Amino acid sequence: MSTTTENKGVAERGMGYGLRALNRLAGSDLLDRIRIRKQVENALFQGTKNGFRTATAAGRTFKAAQSLGKPARQKKGRSKGLFDLTPDDEQQMFQEGGRAFAEEKIRPAALKADEDRKTPKEILDQATELGVNMLGVPEELGGVMTEQSAVTSVLIGEALAHGDMGIAYAALAPGAAATAIGLWGSAEQEATYLPAFTGEDVPAAALAILEPRPLFDPFELETKAKRKGEEWVLTGAKSLVARATECELFVIAADAEGIGPALFVVESGAKGLSVEDEPAMGLRPAATGRLLIDKVKLPASALLGEGEASAKDYAACVNRSRIAWCGLATGTAQAVLDYVIPYVNDRQAFGEPISNRQGVAFAVSDIGIEQNGMRLATYRAASRADRGESFAREAALAKRLCSQKGMKIGSDGVQLLGGHGFVKEHPVERWYRDLRAAGVMEGALLV
Amino acid sequence: MTINLEIPKKFKPLASQANQVATEVFRPISRKYDEAEHSYPKELDMLASLIDGMNEGSDIGGAGAAGVRREKGGDGENRNGSNLSTVLGIIELCWGDVGLLLSMPRQGLGNSAIASVATEEQLKKYGGKWAAMAITEPEAGSDSAAIRATAELDGDEYVLNGEKIFVTSGDRADLIVVWASLDRSKGRAAIKSFIVERDNPGLKLDRLEHKLGIRASDTANFTLQNCRVPKEALLGDPEVKEKGFAGVMETFDNTRPLVAAMAVGVTRAALEETRKQLKAAGVKIDYDKPALSQHAAAARFLEMEADYEAAWLLTLQAAWMADNSKPNSLQASMAKAKAGRTGVDVTLGCVELCGSVGYGENELLEKWARDSKILDIFEGTQQIQLLIVARQLLKKTSAELR
Repeated sequence: MSTTTENKGVAERGMGYGLRALNRLAGSDLLDRIRIRKQVENALFQGTKNGFRTATAAGRTFKAAQSLGKPARQKKGRSKGLFDLTPDDEQQMFQEGGRAFAEEKIRPAALKADEDRKTPKEILDQATELGVNMLGVPEELGGVMTEQSAVTSVLIGEALAHGDMGIAYAALAPGAAATAIGLWGSAEQEATYLPAFTGEDVPAAALAILEPRPLFDPFELETKAKRKGEEWVLTGAKSLVARATECELFVIAADAEGIGPALFVVESGAKGLSVEDEPAMGLRPAATGRLLIDKVKLPASALLGEGEASAKDYAACVNRSRIAWCGLATGTAQAVLDYVIPYVNDRQAFGEPISNRQGVAFAVSDIGIEQNGMRLATYRAASRADRGESFAREAALAKRLCSQKGMKIGSDGVQLLGGHGFVKEHPVERWYRDLRAAGVMEGALLV
Repeated sequence: MTINLEIPKKFKPLASQANQVATEVFRPISRKYDEAEHSYPKELDMLASLIDGMNEGSDIGGAGAAGVRREKGGDGENRNGSNLSTVLGIIELCWGDVGLLLSMPRQGLGNSAIASVATEEQLKKYGGKWAAMAITEPEAGSDSAAIRATAELDGDEYVLNGEKIFVTSGDRADLIVVWASLDRSKGRAAIKSFIVERDNPGLKLDRLEHKLGIRASDTANFTLQNCRVPKEALLGDPEVKEKGFAGVMETFDNTRPLVAAMAVGVTRAALEETRKQLKAAGVKIDYDKPALSQHAAAARFLEMEADYEAAWLLTLQAAWMADNSKPNSLQASMAKAKAGRTGVDVTLGCVELCGSVGYGENELLEKWARDSKILDIFEGTQQIQLLIVARQLLKKTSAELR
């Protein structure tokens, strides 16, 4: 890991030097005299883009521990067959742990993490202690959960995002790669990568599906995997990858020749893999970056799964990601509700609290109603996934709700605070920016 | 014990029976009684007996409104009981026809009120009868506390006077549950409900309304003129105390999820028909592909189906909480608000998507779009639900947030 920091140090210093020189150039009137300011500025834009481009982290060497011969899988969840909204004891434990962590550590760190575009290491370590990275790791490989844990993951995501969505993304992203390998990986892949996620020094890792283009469809990928003899050659780009420069392991979605969309396990440092900074409207503590994949050669064993990857598994992956983002959106929407209630009760206008007016009060009601609906739809999709029932429909509907109603809640959160909502003194403007992500993100998180 | 939001297996036979009733009995006569307003759907008599039999034969409540009664409990064991089963039955029946469900003998909201608050003696006396509910007056709709009808104790009888409108099945029912005030100077605390037999000479039918939808269901207006009822006809506690009205309002915690269920049922009917129509028109609805990369009609459909899903789950949540003796007035109002507006938005959206096919009377889509509107009005309008939700969330009194 130390090499990672060194690498980044060099990159940052490099940028720093470059900027000082550029500043001198910009300040001189030479450009204007020879009328090339526009061209230089243009070149600068392109140059900066490339200047920020760095190689991926020089990661650890992943080595197969003893392979189990056949892949280990978590058991399907069971149910007594009754409608029930009460989490079980284990889930309650995770939920309460997550809530306390979010309240005591995440929320207080959120403003600065948003400004710094960095989640403090201390917080990431504590999330690891909470066990968030190993929820999808089967017991045989050192995991703690015997049964599938989509609902548990949703409850944790919801709890952490109540503190801050960007920090939650940063903390939960490595677990997505581990869960993907735990759900669909071969025995060899599991033995190689999963033990690293059960220790204290969990590698940054990412499940990279989203691509940088409008109307992105995860089932029509522009990242291509071409067969070349026994090898695969990957080319393309992936967007909004959390902690991209730190990642030591990527699970990358690509349209595989002769197969269709499939997942590939790629270690950082692979030749042709680089990262470009990609700051966005929100999720800033996750230090999002764009992963550039330029003719990256991979062995046949990099394809996730035993032998033929199945289209069903890939679809399940996309839908499980959607459920995970719904969990985060639900938590952040709850944060909005919890924040606006005391505000509109305290804030006075025309001689009384503004919450005495229906125009204000009804907006609060709608936040409560739609947030409750988002949560229930998300729980339903997750619990169906855990029990091995079909869940594409439920995940799609939860996503529509969390994208649309979630954003409306984010917008109303700012609106209810008026001008005060627009300034950084209150967190609602951050939640406004973060809640847009629920409709945009694909992949990246997994339940 | 783990989170599970599926219909419990033990209720599947009930839901499937209700669905068969909806398919075989309601749907074939749906248009007929929409056109023949005010004529009694006699097909329902046999059906009502059948449903009574279903209620008798099981401990899980029937498909109608009479099954709603809060059981004492709270031993911590998760319970799926009559509130949930009733909601599931109503969803299926209203998938068939809301107006016909409302016309089902012995399944009126008055029956829910009786089931919710009646004493054992009252249950014995009035059980098995069809009860309608009379709350609204020309000058008091959502504001139940403004009721002007009066009840005066005269010896062993109460004497009721006043005017009641919008009484669903009022002319067909055996009993009318009438809301009236014991003392108008004491405000809401004095409002009580009384069971009045339909053939009471003091109860005069003024007229039957002509309506936008649910035309199979009759809506009666009455005048109460020195209408005398025995003392025992008062439902619940006769004392005038501040908490009394809250008790009356508690009925709504049980009945609002039922109206939400009606909206969920008609919404599902419209979505299913629209899906069929769109499929025939070559529009594919794909749950994997992002909604916005699909045909605009498919994207709109998914949006509507998502609202349906939320309304359905909120309704189940409210009923499940009632079954488990958890206070649910917040969730009951959330369910009613969401399902009510979703019913209207989706049924109207489906008419728009299906064009003239949706708007015309050859299909039932236009009827469902008319029927759904009442569900966002009765048992508390959308705005009343938002008020209740807001007061609960903001911890406000009705004096602070009016």
